Amino acid sequence: MAQFHVLAVDDSVIDRMLIERLLKTSSFHVTVVDSGTKALKFLGLVEDEVRNEKPHSIAAETDQVVEVNLIITDYCMPGMTGYDLLRKIKESNSLKDIPVVIMSSENVPSRINRCLEEGAEEFFLKPVQQSDVNKLKPHLLKTKVKNEDDLINNKRRIHNNAIPLKN
Amino acid sequence: MDHLHRKLRDHEAAMFQQGYLDDQFSQLQKLQDDTSPDFVIEVMTMFFDDSEKLLNNMSRALEQVPVNFKQIDAHAHQQKGSSASVGAARVKNVCGTFRNFCEAQNLEGCVRCLQQLQQEYSLLKNNLKYLFKLQQEIKTAGRSIHTRG
Repeated sequence: MAQFHVLAVDDSVIDRMLIERLLKTSSFHVTVVDSGTKALKFLGLVEDEVRNEKPHSIAAETDQVVEVNLIITDYCMPGMTGYDLLRKIKESNSLKDIPVVIMSSENVPSRINRCLEEGAEEFFLKPVQQSDVNKLKPHLLKTKVKNEDDLINNKRRIHNNAIPLKN
Repeated sequence: MDHLHRKLRDHEAAMFQQGYLDDQFSQLQKLQDDTSPDFVIEVMTMFFDDSEKLLNNMSRALEQVPVNFKQIDAHAHQQKGSSASVGAARVKNVCGTFRNFCEAQNLEGCVRCLQQLQQEYSLLKNNLKYLFKLQQEIKTAGRSIHTRG
């Protein structure tokens, strides 16, 4: 079974080490970047192309389709905050179905609500622990099942429409 | 080698008891295994580098005229975050107080807090270095036992 690929975003070098280790311990394939801008680049979205991007997210450098199954991002980052990044992802046709999780060292209810309302799946308080990372798999499987369901429905539709030829 | 193990265990226990370290440090230790055998030392080394940089920045910022409390608060916020992430409890707590003084724009309070921060950080670093030294001695002793006859 292919591993799930998680993209982690955090401007703190120590927190990047920590989240990478936590994710790898849970058998995720991990990519870590230090800013929202770099995250969008990795996902194949360059800022001014957001509105009119193509259906497939194509990584700028490699010309390959980058598959990311979950994005986990820090909230407080210079430049593009985790919230800004969340919004850009949810506004993108190619990326909006990727589950996004927000991390923050500060327990601010209005902040948490805003993120959840914008579509974040979970909000983790830092320091993030193994028990938090264990909560990620269900969000990933949900997306996988959704995709598999589409496949099954398509197959069924084709089967029903097939008219058996009889003599 | 028994006495080394005992020394290590006692020193580690003391660090937790005296509040230098909290449960988050234990979490880091749990993340260390054969695939990542030096994880704790790697993270703490990064923490030392990062902290020393931030302490310097805070020191310089407090010497400026006029003092930019917002910027100092940003440094304190960062230091608090990284301390929390590695389980450096006493350092983290001082950062909390520091941030309050920044918010109140209390220069004297900030200067006192920075001194306290530098002190706590020094104590933590020395204690951790001793911890790592003991761990290394045990490793070395273990190796020489295996290679003997």
